[in-house]
Amino acid sequence: MPLYLALTSVSALLAVSVYAIVDRRNHDVSRNVYRLCIGLCGVIFLAAVMPRGAHVVSTTLPLGLPWIGMHFRIDVLTAFFLAVVNLGGAAASAYAIGYGAHEKEPIRVLPFYPAFLAGMNLVVLADDAFTFLVAWEFMSLASWALVLTHHHEEENRRAGFVYLLMASFGGFALLMAFGVLGGVGGAYDFASIRESTRAGWTSGLVLALAIVGMGSKAGLAPLHIWLPLAHPAAPSHVSALMSGVMTKVAVYGFIRVVFDLLGPPAFWWSVEPMTFGAASALIGVLFATIQSDLKKLLAYSTIENIGVIFIALGLALAFKANGMALPAALAFTAALFHVFNHSLFKSLLFFGAGAVLNASGERSIERLGGLIHSMPKTAFLFLGGCVAIAALPPLNGFVSEWLVFQAILLSPALPQWTVKLLVPAVGVALALSAALGAGCYIRAYGVAFLGRPRSEAARAAHDPDRWSLATMAVLLTLCLTAGLLPSLVIDTISPVAKDFVGGRMPTQAELSWLSIAPVAESRSSYNGLLVFAFILFSAYSARWVIHKFGTARSRRAPAWDCGYIETSPMTQYTGSSFAQPIRRTLGVIAFSVRERLDMPAPGDTRAARLSVDVKDRIFDYLYAPLTRAVESCAAGLNILSLLTIQEYLALVFAALVFLLVLVAI
Amino acid sequence: MTLLFNLMAQSLQMLLVLALAPLLIGFVRKLKARLLRRKGPPIIQPWLDLIRLLRKEVVLADNASWLYRAAPYLIFAMIWVAASLVPTFATGLTFSWSADLIAIIALLGSARFFLALAGMDIGTSFGGIGSSREAMFGSLAEPAMMMIVFTVSFVAGTTQLSEIAAYMVANMELRASVGMALVALLIVAIAENGRIPVDNPATHLELTMVHEAMILEYSGRYLALIELASALKLLLYLSLIACVFFPVGLATHDAGPRAMAIGLGAYVLKLAIGGGALALFETSTAKMRIFRVPDFLGAGLMLGLLATLLVFVTRSL
Repeated sequence: MPLYLALTSVSALLAVSVYAIVDRRNHDVSRNVYRLCIGLCGVIFLAAVMPRGAHVVSTTLPLGLPWIGMHFRIDVLTAFFLAVVNLGGAAASAYAIGYGAHEKEPIRVLPFYPAFLAGMNLVVLADDAFTFLVAWEFMSLASWALVLTHHHEEENRRAGFVYLLMASFGGFALLMAFGVLGGVGGAYDFASIRESTRAGWTSGLVLALAIVGMGSKAGLAPLHIWLPLAHPAAPSHVSALMSGVMTKVAVYGFIRVVFDLLGPPAFWWSVEPMTFGAASALIGVLFATIQSDLKKLLAYSTIENIGVIFIALGLALAFKANGMALPAALAFTAALFHVFNHSLFKSLLFFGAGAVLNASGERSIERLGGLIHSMPKTAFLFLGGCVAIAALPPLNGFVSEWLVFQAILLSPALPQWTVKLLVPAVGVALALSAALGAGCYIRAYGVAFLGRPRSEAARAAHDPDRWSLATMAVLLTLCLTAGLLPSLVIDTISPVAKDFVGGRMPTQAELSWLSIAPVAESRSSYNGLLVFAFILFSAYSARWVIHKFGTARSRRAPAWDCGYIETSPMTQYTGSSFAQPIRRTLGVIAFSVRERLDMPAPGDTRAARLSVDVKDRIFDYLYAPLTRAVESCAAGLNILSLLTIQEYLALVFAALVFLLVLVAI
Repeated sequence: MTLLFNLMAQSLQMLLVLALAPLLIGFVRKLKARLLRRKGPPIIQPWLDLIRLLRKEVVLADNASWLYRAAPYLIFAMIWVAASLVPTFATGLTFSWSADLIAIIALLGSARFFLALAGMDIGTSFGGIGSSREAMFGSLAEPAMMMIVFTVSFVAGTTQLSEIAAYMVANMELRASVGMALVALLIVAIAENGRIPVDNPATHLELTMVHEAMILEYSGRYLALIELASALKLLLYLSLIACVFFPVGLATHDAGPRAMAIGLGAYVLKLAIGGGALALFETSTAKMRIFRVPDFLGAGLMLGLLATLLVFVTRSL
């Protein structure tokens, strides 16, 4: 029943795509499409959370390849990710009812948007390699079309090109991965892949291909370069979907292949996810810290969060390989908790950025400022998102990061030296990225929302419509709930952990005062609700005492600023000046910076200029040589198009002989 | 009855840290003055200053937002809660399990987050300079702190401060890793509290300020709350060092009033020793350039990482 409900809704989503094209002349089409999307996402969400009689439900539809059909299946993992995908989908659609009204060419968004949602749902529902890959490519292409919504801008066209290239590369890696998984027998449905056994090196090959394929979609460094280009290029509600939800679909794919299809893990499987995860966390946050484009900053921070998720998944693999069920469950739960959290607050932040973009026309924080006065409601909601993503208590980002740290603290019990030495290094990277993340969001919020407005547009900005505000408020409430009552989320995840790593965390709902304790209360525990109550109590009692025994009087006056305030708002700290200390001290890890100062000679009245050039080392050392190699190959092969007919015939003959010889051997 | 007694002990701890924090600052100032052969203000002076500030009218900048007015309360509340969750005179108080060491560090992070935002709210360049530098210090000091937490928790097998203290009392032994963690913690504590050589709490020369630059525009009760919060933060770090590395005389929560009184005496003594050491250190060093601070904090981070690796690899050192 839940499966048929989900599949029917997915086909209804595809029908909505068609409707968007057919009814494109209608004024209300945009609103109708988004309303239908909310409804259908809601139905799939309900189908995912509704109790399923059997543990697993599956079906085969006579579509696709004739001798396989299309297999679909819902198990606990699918249900969890369906819930995440459709919660994000419904939120983005609700936001878009207001936001989408500003779209100049709705026909470039509306048909692809429901298709994109349908694609993501199908990936999660697929139960054979063929369906999975078709859905995966469908999702990639739909999102590619959405990235090209504003195709008049050169930058967006480039983003679309790079995205298409990376997506095809990733899809190719996945094709190979499933090819190896299927083996010579060509068992392409997941059930028979699970049954089959394979040699150690084949598993390693599949793992590497899965990391490349899924990682390129999730934005794992060094395959992340398309993400900060493509995610911000799309309209903001699509950016939220791509960053908050599509990257999670990639995480789902990774879990499905590595934790389920590949069979029991070996300890060295954990090395790749942990290393790439740590690299992504650091690179993502460092680049986020120096971005001045608000949406780009959010996209880079997605890379950081994906890194955190992969670190936790790597830990879970290491524990699972050594038969340590409880720590494995802890790490796995941390990963899924972070998946859930990130989908909430990243959507919230992208919605906020979209509201700012719409109200001021500015994406660069250097020309914003003072939005807390002109857009007070958005400013409050965005602040909540910043606190959540900066992993600060009492919101939800902290809880999942805390769980990852608890998992790291259990790792000295691992017997292998490789992992033993790797985990502390990963721990440093995680701690650094958490701390830098806080700094990054201080900068983003402080420069864009606080201070004095740096442009007329920022001064004249205003809060968005009610739909947008309500969606953001709901997301913030969910963030707060997950932060204060994490035991609910953990207990929801624990059946997934039981099926996929073979253990579960102690049932948290049984603990007193709604606190959480991953292993035992004497080892570690945290109670967000109580901490939040203490903070509120202390703040209010302080206020009461001061107002009662001190004074509550206040007066407004011009700012002091050690004498007088500079009249131009341009003298405020900018985003680049804020990031300068971090850029100088830690930036060397990820990028090469060249600062050039053009100081006019005394007597010259020209203005002095300081320009900062930031170069991505990965791009310079990995992609640039690759591009050059491809280009020189292409140029070399160009000769082939200029041959005479005799030479072509000779070539064909030579190729034929070569192939025949190959077959003969 | 037991619950009532426990609740009383917990409330006592909350009020104790609140009362002692400004006195600690006063004590350090007095000692520093005496070391410089000045007479110095009385130890109770910080309290008198706070009371004076509380009675004064607040002068708000024209464009101060609600965040600017809410931040002092939030900062104060977060640091106060964090400071009351660190065992001072007794371990295992009623609510000690509601946040472990990682959560306490993160609470301090939240307070820093709001303080840095408040510094940027008016839109002055001094506020920006302070916030930017605070963010840089934080992004180095916090990972160093996490490494210390890792080390101590590996050794004790828990992240609950009360349990760590209990373990340290039961297993008094010299460990290289714990020693390194102590040095790293001292470095972090100096940086986090803006003491010399990282920042000068007494400076009023604008370009050298970090903490003071952020709170430049605050006055009246808001300033009082922030001053009180930073005093509490200093007290918190001293309590942390005392309870993890020198847990002598700590009472347990069911020990009865006599042991609690001993614990209280020991705690005040430890604070005095810690404050004395701080005063001595501060008078004997000079402040360093701002871009030397990352080296200083980086040393802390590396020490913490070394300590963690040592525990990971040997489990006995």
